[in-house]
Amino acid sequence: MKWGVVVFPGSNCDHDCYYVLKHIFAQEVDYIWHKETHIDGYDCIILPGGFSYGDYLRTGAIARFSRVMFEIEKFANRGGLVIGICNGFQILLEAGFLPGAMHRNKNLNFICKYVTIRVENDKTPFTNIISQGRVLNIPIAHMEGNYYADNAILDELNRHNQVIFRYATVDGRCTEEANPNGSIDNIAGICNREFNILGMMPHPERCIEKRLGGEDGRVIFESILKWWEK
Amino acid sequence: MSLVKIYVSLKKGVLDPQGVTIKKALESLGYKGIADVRIGKYIEMKCDGVNKETIEQMCDRLLSNPVIEDYRFEIEEVK
Repeated sequence: MKWGVVVFPGSNCDHDCYYVLKHIFAQEVDYIWHKETHIDGYDCIILPGGFSYGDYLRTGAIARFSRVMFEIEKFANRGGLVIGICNGFQILLEAGFLPGAMHRNKNLNFICKYVTIRVENDKTPFTNIISQGRVLNIPIAHMEGNYYADNAILDELNRHNQVIFRYATVDGRCTEEANPNGSIDNIAGICNREFNILGMMPHPERCIEKRLGGEDGRVIFESILKWWEK
Repeated sequence: MSLVKIYVSLKKGVLDPQGVTIKKALESLGYKGIADVRIGKYIEMKCDGVNKETIEQMCDRLLSNPVIEDYRFEIEEVK
C-alpha cells in the first residue's frame, strides 16, 4: 500500500502519522504538500490533525480550498481511501466530503485526554478487524469537536450505518457523561455513503505504542491493511 | 467603493454554549431580564465592483458554513 499524509500550513500531526506508518507498520508513505497538483499512485490519504491556517474563520474553512483538495476529491471519487483525523475531519466536513459540521466544544474548553469510543460499524475498510460494540481507548485533543447535523442528516447517517464511532463509557454505553464535547448522538467518527472516506475526532496515530500510553489505535490501521490485502 | 457589513450567526436551534456562558456572566454582573444571548461574527469588507449576488456567493462559499450558520449583510457606498 502507498500512503500519503497531507501537510497544510499549520498541520502538526503529520509527523505522528508518518512515523506510525513508516516505522511501526513499515509502509511506503509520503508527505503531500497542500499545493500538490498531482497525487498518483496512492492508496490511502490521511488529512492529519493540527491547526491548518490557524483555525481562522472556522476550523478547516480555508484548508478545504487548498489545491490538493481538488485532487483528493477525484481520488476519493475513484474509490481511494481518505481518513481525516481531528482537523482533517473538520476539513472534510467543510469541503462537503462528509455531511454535518463541527462546532465549539459544549464546555468551551480545549479537551486533551483519553476517551473511550465504541465501534458502531465493523464492515468498513477502517474497522473490519474490530468487532462491533468493541470499545477503544483513544485520545482526543480539540476545541471544536462538537459534531452537529440536523435531523435529516442524522437520519441518513443512521439509516445507512455511516456512524462509525460513538463516545461511550468503558462498558460500551453512549451516555451524556461519556460525551466529552456535546457531539450530537455522541458521534465521534463517520463515513461517507461509499465507506471510503472516514472522519474521526480522536487520534489513533497517538496510541500505537504501549510505551506511549496505549495501542488501541493500531486496529484501525491494521483493518485498512487487512482490507487492502483482500 | 463599497463597505460591506456581514453578520454571521448560528442557525436557530443550534446550541450556543458561548452565548449561555456570556448570559450567565452578564447576570452575575447584576443585569436582569436577559432572555437570550447568541454569539456571532461580524465581518467588514471594503471592495469595488461587488453586488448582492457576489456577496451571497462569498458568504455561501467561505464566509459562513451553511450547515450551521445563517448570514445577512448590508452594502454601503463609501468614498
